[in-house]
Amino acid sequence: MQNLELRALKTAVGPDLSCSIAAGECLVLRGPSGVGKSLLLRAIADLDRHEGDVLLDGVSQDAVAAPLWRRKVLYVATEPGWWSDYVGDHFPDCGGITGDLEKFGFTLKCLEWRVDRLSSGERQRLGLIRALSLRPEVLLLDEPTATLDSVNAEFVEDVVASHRREGMAVLWVSHDENQARRVATHILRLSATEAVAEVVS
Amino acid sequence: MSYVSIDLSDLLIASLLVLANGVLSLLFGLGLAKKLIWSALRMTIQLLAIGFVLRWLFAMESPWLTLIAALAMVAVAGREIMARQDRRLSGLWAYGLGTSTMLAAAMVVTVFALTTQIRPDPWWDPQYALPILGMILGNTMTGIALGLQTLTRGLERGRAGVEARLALGETRFGATRHVLRDALSSALIPVINGMAAAGIVSLPGMMTGQILAGVEPVEAVKYQILIMFLIAGGTAFGAIAAVLGGIMRLTDSRHRLRLDRLANARS
Repeated sequence: MQNLELRALKTAVGPDLSCSIAAGECLVLRGPSGVGKSLLLRAIADLDRHEGDVLLDGVSQDAVAAPLWRRKVLYVATEPGWWSDYVGDHFPDCGGITGDLEKFGFTLKCLEWRVDRLSSGERQRLGLIRALSLRPEVLLLDEPTATLDSVNAEFVEDVVASHRREGMAVLWVSHDENQARRVATHILRLSATEAVAEVVS
Repeated sequence: MSYVSIDLSDLLIASLLVLANGVLSLLFGLGLAKKLIWSALRMTIQLLAIGFVLRWLFAMESPWLTLIAALAMVAVAGREIMARQDRRLSGLWAYGLGTSTMLAAAMVVTVFALTTQIRPDPWWDPQYALPILGMILGNTMTGIALGLQTLTRGLERGRAGVEARLALGETRFGATRHVLRDALSSALIPVINGMAAAGIVSLPGMMTGQILAGVEPVEAVKYQILIMFLIAGGTAFGAIAAVLGGIMRLTDSRHRLRLDRLANARS
């Protein structure tokens, strides 16, 4: 089984962090704004320079080509980025995503939509579907329900839970304590100086 | 075919047109009179100076002096590339990337033209080498400046898109492919438009000059076509090298976007 391990990981702000997450687990990161939660996720995906190391199944990120690492340890920004005018251009493999699209109430028709006509909630859900289509081993979610109503937020929680049952590990930044309680196996509370872990029964 | 020489009195008569413009500016309170006169004076002095320098270089017939003149032209054009950037690369890269790629592209194309097509004797004859280098340099400079400008702007404004592609496991070249395409097309569009419009919308300057100097028009046109090809080649080589170099510099070996390598970057 896959296992993600952080060793003295340090970003530009926040404390050193060492911890590990096993396959199928969900670690929720909590803490005030500006404490470096997003930076931490970006460092784990190796999108920013950082100190310390991250290992997947005992293999350091430095030993793996960065693109391959990021496909396995996939970061999903709160506001997903787009680089082309149409939604479909962002999904190279349209066959594999039909199921996830339907779970979120989209049809394949949405691939013909223009990105600039999407609502922020649609963007966020499509960004998550795009990430899940790559079947990552670890998913790094940065407030994945920030722009969603409670119904769609629940869909997101369900879809992530179903991928976790297949062995995907999740790091989830959430501002919602109730959501944290629902989805987490562990909660990590970050402050400027320390990180306190808590197991959710 | 004939060549009509002009002398100082002819220039003085023509300069009346600039003075007339100055009077208009004063009448309408445009505040341009000073600038107009000053830039006309500057132009006159600069061109006279370069005329005497070229006369001297042609008389010296020295390969080394020709090379030094060529490098000085590249150095000035390199400054111009840097001056046209809103967001420069940090440190020596700001000057170095545009200048070195322009130097390589313009020199290769100029030497290629001199040794295989135009073939003056000696091949570095400054009467041919310097004007041809100048024309290639001017266009390559514009192409590189536009390409780098579009690149840095595209990476800054499109940062979220590029980082999304990186996060989805694309390489640094894959993730910036859409920005590269924009940068190269804005670098090459002036040359492409110039070729398309040549002869219909505009009579290119070099050809016009040769015709005024008494060259038979079809001969002048052949020269112009050759120069257009050289310009297109130099601009394409230079822009591709500069934009790819810019992408290399603004990403790192771990395929991260490194906008902190732009000068005065906020992040």
